[in-house]
Amino acid sequence: MSVTVNGVAREADVEPRTLLVYFLRETLGLTGTNVGCDTTSCGSCTVLLDGESVKSCNLLAVQVDGREVTTIEGLATDGQMHPIQEAFHRNHGLQCGYCTPGMIMAAASYLRENPDPTDEQVRESLEGNLCRCTGYHNIVKSILDAAGQMSGAKA
Amino acid sequence: MATTEKFVGTSVPRKEDASLITGQGNFVDNLTLPGTLHMAVVRSPFAHARIVKVDVSKALEMPGVVGAWSGADLAGEWAGPLPMVWPITEDIKTSDHWPLTKDKARFQGDGVAVVVAESRGRADDAAEVVDVEYEQLDPVLDIEEGIKDGSPLVHDELGTNAVVHWSHGGGGDQGVFDSAPVQLRLRFEAPRITPSPIEPRGALASVVPAMGEFTLWTSTQIPHIARVTLSGTTGIPEHKLRIVAPDVGGAFGAKLNVYAEEALCLALARRTGRAVKWIEDRSENYAVTVHGRGVIHDVEVAATEEGKILGFRVKELCDMGAYFQLLTPGIPELGGWVYMGPYDTEGYWYEFTGVMTNMAPTDAVRGAGRPEATYVVERAVDTVARHVGKDPAEIRRISFAPSHAEAKPSLMGLQIDSADYLPAFERALELADYEQYRKEQAARRDSGEVKQIGVGLSSYIEMSGLAPSNILGALRYAAGGWEAAQVRCQPSGKVTLTIGTSPHGQGHDTTWSQIAADELGVHPDDVEVLHGDTSIAPLGMDTYGSRSISIGGAALHVALQKIKDKARTLAAHELEVAEDDLEFRDGAFRVQGAPEKVRTIPELAVSAWTAHDLPEGYEPDLTAVATWDPKNFTWPFGTHVCVAEVDTETGFAQLLRYVAVDDCGVVINPMIVDGQVHGGIAHGIAEALYEEVIYDEAGNLVSGTLTQYLVPSAAELPSFELDRTETPSPTNPLGVKGIGEAGTIAAPPAVINAIVDAVSHLGVTEIGKPATPERVWKAIRDARGGGA
Repeated sequence: MSVTVNGVAREADVEPRTLLVYFLRETLGLTGTNVGCDTTSCGSCTVLLDGESVKSCNLLAVQVDGREVTTIEGLATDGQMHPIQEAFHRNHGLQCGYCTPGMIMAAASYLRENPDPTDEQVRESLEGNLCRCTGYHNIVKSILDAAGQMSGAKA
Repeated sequence: MATTEKFVGTSVPRKEDASLITGQGNFVDNLTLPGTLHMAVVRSPFAHARIVKVDVSKALEMPGVVGAWSGADLAGEWAGPLPMVWPITEDIKTSDHWPLTKDKARFQGDGVAVVVAESRGRADDAAEVVDVEYEQLDPVLDIEEGIKDGSPLVHDELGTNAVVHWSHGGGGDQGVFDSAPVQLRLRFEAPRITPSPIEPRGALASVVPAMGEFTLWTSTQIPHIARVTLSGTTGIPEHKLRIVAPDVGGAFGAKLNVYAEEALCLALARRTGRAVKWIEDRSENYAVTVHGRGVIHDVEVAATEEGKILGFRVKELCDMGAYFQLLTPGIPELGGWVYMGPYDTEGYWYEFTGVMTNMAPTDAVRGAGRPEATYVVERAVDTVARHVGKDPAEIRRISFAPSHAEAKPSLMGLQIDSADYLPAFERALELADYEQYRKEQAARRDSGEVKQIGVGLSSYIEMSGLAPSNILGALRYAAGGWEAAQVRCQPSGKVTLTIGTSPHGQGHDTTWSQIAADELGVHPDDVEVLHGDTSIAPLGMDTYGSRSISIGGAALHVALQKIKDKARTLAAHELEVAEDDLEFRDGAFRVQGAPEKVRTIPELAVSAWTAHDLPEGYEPDLTAVATWDPKNFTWPFGTHVCVAEVDTETGFAQLLRYVAVDDCGVVINPMIVDGQVHGGIAHGIAEALYEEVIYDEAGNLVSGTLTQYLVPSAAELPSFELDRTETPSPTNPLGVKGIGEAGTIAAPPAVINAIVDAVSHLGVTEIGKPATPERVWKAIRDARGGGA
């Protein structure tokens, strides 16, 4: 299969049963994408597929043949962190950090869809991403802050 | 490099974040070693079954399989059973807990065989073809049934399932329970819950066979405790065993333990001469990683006619599960010292009986004993309020113990370090617009609206900062409760802290750096913090029980004072003055009256390192080590207020507001403290509304995945409104108390009190956890007298 991951064209032979998340982690060595469950519930493995968030434990690697995947490792550009990453840091949007890559990728996808969300909309958008440390309070705050920064940058 | 800026008390952004927000975290499953084998455990599908035969021959024929063993096959690997380090009574009945069971499976998920193979998939495939013949036995799934004569026995050789009984012994006047004008007998139940860190457990063992040296990377809270106890289980000498806790993806008690899989990885690395890795999947995590709670309380509460609380007499029945894990029998007892809450009571009694069952072992889950106790106390206080017809706020006001700044004996026998309950309480009510909601509640009751409002209060005190070693000894805990820290001022001006605490999300690197920065006059970014590796930080007692800041932080503080003392001697030597002539400020020693004569800490670090010209007998290098053993626990406290709206037709409860005013003493980093409170509250709300471990009548785990065990998402939870009061602890030089568990302790009764309060006018007096719409609806229906 061939796939573009974080802007780089990759080719690999994969077993048909290989899930995308294990292709990313074990074949490509991109271990930033984590696995927290086996029922597509926790969202730790969220990545962008052609710009939209997907749970990479719920796709076979072969299903992304010819498409474009962005993982947490590919979110920063030219050494400059993405505004969502910066906002998570500024607002204490993470503690243990295990769910964080998935949270950030889910937020990146959502803010593209809705650049100016309310608190409640952000909460709804995170329904598929679980965190045990933060109580979500500062995750929501981080995403709202990032939305403000990103729309400010565009204006 | 020296700075005059002060960092303690400010929200310094976390140093930990950079790797975690960029996908460069170092979690155990991210580690690989050449030639690593992958381990899969064959687990019992039955809750209780005799093992007739284990045949691994088919597994050994599978491609990529390197070895497969039954419990009996590996019996010779063990120098001892898995550790249980808290035999809290002399007559506790214990039975050996082996990494793989040999005779009986005692819960669904109990390990009976193990396979290692070249890949995880191969190991899983091979585990499925291990042939185990079982003879099913009747399981023990109910603690009240389990203590009756004729119950099946989980451990036959013990002759009973009631394996431990611990009594506090009582305090104050027991007569109050017979003489008080108000005497209520209440029963509260707390179902099992499971800690659910988002990173399941995992372990990777490596071996250098020629040297007999082992390293275990494991997702643990307790690398130091794991080292000594796993040495005991595996027989690997302690000095040949290194334990590393890399980035740990949350724990909440799940990883305050020493598990079969850790011992198995080490033993199989020894057998095969290769690295062995095991990564828990979520369904394994729910089946075999410790659960918590699972208790029934029978409570007598005594009060005056005005509702002043006079005391609690509590008997608790506790589900220990199938085996004693590391701390299992001691967990209820951790709550056994706070069954008075923050109230000035006259009589105290607590005792519990621990019952073995054919379900996963129980142990610490965030709060460990104290959430159970606080739930009972705060639910009972609200019940008293209803009984005497008073506002629950009013009876708390008249019941609070007086404030004190120095340690003061409590009738439960320990000393409370410092307390000032009323200001936190009043602030919480003010923030929550308490009186306003009471008015709204009255209006809605009058108009008979479908959606009714309730306000729940929860005033708590927790015994935290575990723990003074002498008290642990008196309580028959096998280790001490001290902590250790080393500080080294490097010749380049940077500082290295090595500490025995081992974090998993708490932001220790940042907090410890702030403390050191202020003492030494450097920036937190110039401080390196090392922990979680027994080769790098060999001394320590790890992170649990909200202990890290009050004990580890205190050890660090003492080490920093030693550094300053040592630096002062050298500064005096170089400046040719007496030590008393120097004043220390902003990281530099200045000669009093001649401030141009100055030596900074970095300059002195160079001098101490080059050692070219040191005072007679002065040890080179600016390094200091300190340990800290607290004289007392710390006792954080506070009041939480929850406002809930309950749909009386559907039973659905919506949390409208959640306000918390906590007092954890002096705060080093407010942002981090708030984050701990947020997470704790969410965990407590989850316990109150959503989470419950469920086994069916055959002992099958029904809540075995995240689709059945409902960890709430952001969509289910409100924002939290926080404030603090600050009553310094006299127990330690920083004045800190710890904040890791407060939210989890306070929130469940706040939420349930709110829901019961919303429908109490309909006659509802009790709703069990979790207060699902179904439970709430049934409680309303029953109270209204409607049948099924």
